[in-house]
Amino acid sequence: MAIEVKNLVKKFGSFAALDGVDLKVNDGELLALLGPSGSGKTTLLRIIAGLDWPDTGDVSFNGEDALAQGARERHVGFVFQHYALFRHMSVFENVAFGLRVQPRAIRKDEATIRMRVKELLDLVQLDWLADRYPSQLSGGQRQRIALARALAIEPRILLLDEPFGALDAKVRKELRKWLRSLHHEINVTSIFVTHDQEEALEVANRVVVMDKGRIEQIGSPDDVYETPATAFVHGFIGESIELPVQVDGGVVRLGDRPLDLAADGLMSGASKLFVRRHDMLVGPPGSGAFEGAVRQVRNFGPVQRAEVALSGGETIEIDAPRERELRAGDTIGLRPRRYRIFAGA
Amino acid sequence: MTMQIADSVPLSSLDARARAHAAAARNNLRTEPRGVQVVIITLAISFLSVFVVLPLVLVFAQAFSKGVLAYLAALAEPEALAAIKLTLVVAAISVSLNLVFGLVASWAIAKFEFTGKTFLITLIDLPFSVSPVISGLVFVLLFGAQGYFGNWLRDHDIQILFAVPGIALATTFVTFPFVARALIPLMQEQGTQEEEAAISLGASGLQTFFRVTLPNIKWGVLYGVLLCNARAMGEFGAVSVVSGHIRGETNTMPLLVEILYNEYQFVAAFAIASLLAMLALITLIAKTVLERHLDEGQDVNGH
Repeated sequence: MAIEVKNLVKKFGSFAALDGVDLKVNDGELLALLGPSGSGKTTLLRIIAGLDWPDTGDVSFNGEDALAQGARERHVGFVFQHYALFRHMSVFENVAFGLRVQPRAIRKDEATIRMRVKELLDLVQLDWLADRYPSQLSGGQRQRIALARALAIEPRILLLDEPFGALDAKVRKELRKWLRSLHHEINVTSIFVTHDQEEALEVANRVVVMDKGRIEQIGSPDDVYETPATAFVHGFIGESIELPVQVDGGVVRLGDRPLDLAADGLMSGASKLFVRRHDMLVGPPGSGAFEGAVRQVRNFGPVQRAEVALSGGETIEIDAPRERELRAGDTIGLRPRRYRIFAGA
Repeated sequence: MTMQIADSVPLSSLDARARAHAAAARNNLRTEPRGVQVVIITLAISFLSVFVVLPLVLVFAQAFSKGVLAYLAALAEPEALAAIKLTLVVAAISVSLNLVFGLVASWAIAKFEFTGKTFLITLIDLPFSVSPVISGLVFVLLFGAQGYFGNWLRDHDIQILFAVPGIALATTFVTFPFVARALIPLMQEQGTQEEEAAISLGASGLQTFFRVTLPNIKWGVLYGVLLCNARAMGEFGAVSVVSGHIRGETNTMPLLVEILYNEYQFVAAFAIASLLAMLALITLIAKTVLERHLDEGQDVNGH
């Protein structure tokens, strides 16, 4: 099921949760809505599900107006951030719920329902928990039951709100892989919301980066990481060094020091220079655009993270390979292997 | 300097004492000496005995002072039976009305955002803060012969004051907060996610209410109903104002107790009172059981 969202606006009081959002989701896609809290991603998800209504704008599923239908008619599977399992029902009854509340005319008989629930519990690999209650499950198990429950109604679209947000790091990583392969298996158009860039880049086919109710960039995980469209995206995804610079007729200055960097046709004025931490190459003093003194070094597995005080006064953190050990007090030259400059302060 | 010398104790003994103290603290986080504990507990128990247990025992002692037969005879009086019946009818009416009102009000408060919500919550508490006598007087002002609706009611031959409807209304007013008060915090804590989940799974509004909302709040509902019922049966002030004290017709049990007592019919008065006391005891036990259920299994979809 393809989804199209046009010029969606939703205000809560004077706060614009969504401020003109356009989005097309292709059939069978696994899309991530990525952004900080308050960026409007959950609101967008809830509007698609029919749990919230926009002030203006359109939502259509395969070309048909979805806003004309309530949440009940949309056939959208929704997995809530805190799972929202029915606490007084067993796992089996939770998953069966969507089948049991169907109108009598199309409701399946008890044997079929039992078979279907068993299939779903097998799918999420938790058939042995059928008689337990939600309070007796671990976070990861609740998450998978919530997913099985949403899948029971054979949804046209699957929406997941921070699906791994409440889980610990190890379980989260396992479930990510599992969700990816599950999506491969059932191939239903899916959108999940996350504030965790790693999660979005690892799981999704396409990533939508949102900030302040607007879409900043839509692209493949590689696109948003390698060629961020805006300063916000660069700052939000990947660990970036951000330096306030001045562009003056093709010359980039940090403070009053000109940097040996190309300003590729940028407008003159205050700008921001972004460099990934690991894209700062360390060399002897005078070898790059920057120079600085190493303040502190910590090791993180294959890299060493060094705090460097630039000669201009700013302090940055870089990730360097450990072949050449850095020591506090070293004076080094830094050359950005890749960088981007965005106009605006 | 002198102080220091006077205070100095051999180190080892200080050590031992400190260790013993620490051990005691580990076993029992309270640091009060045993004697103080005993005194406090004794005080609490004797206070409760004098002010709660003793009166309760006296009620039964008085009721049975002329023997079991006299007790049963007092309860079998037509006037007593009428009062018991009236009390049950009034309690049934006001509890069911408050069950519906309470559910609706707490649903509105817990599940929706709207302006004037705080005001509504305050309004629900009003009957708790107003003296019951005033609650009764309000209905006299509304429905009495000189009241706002007095003429209209007389023209249409509807009797509210000094009849069952008036007593039921006053009782309903006084006991209004119980169900709502029990449900609002419960429903607020549970939020709306389970309802949203149910609807997105295709459940209708009614299915959502009966399959998801109600099972989640059933112990809270029972708790509210229980307290509401206890107060409805025991209400004196408001009912006293609107009842008119017509013997055998508009006297509830608490009103009858007063009347009989004033007529020096102690056995009869205390016999009826003993029924109310038993109601209180049963309510207490049921309340304890319900509270245990309420504490269980909250916060499943942990926040």
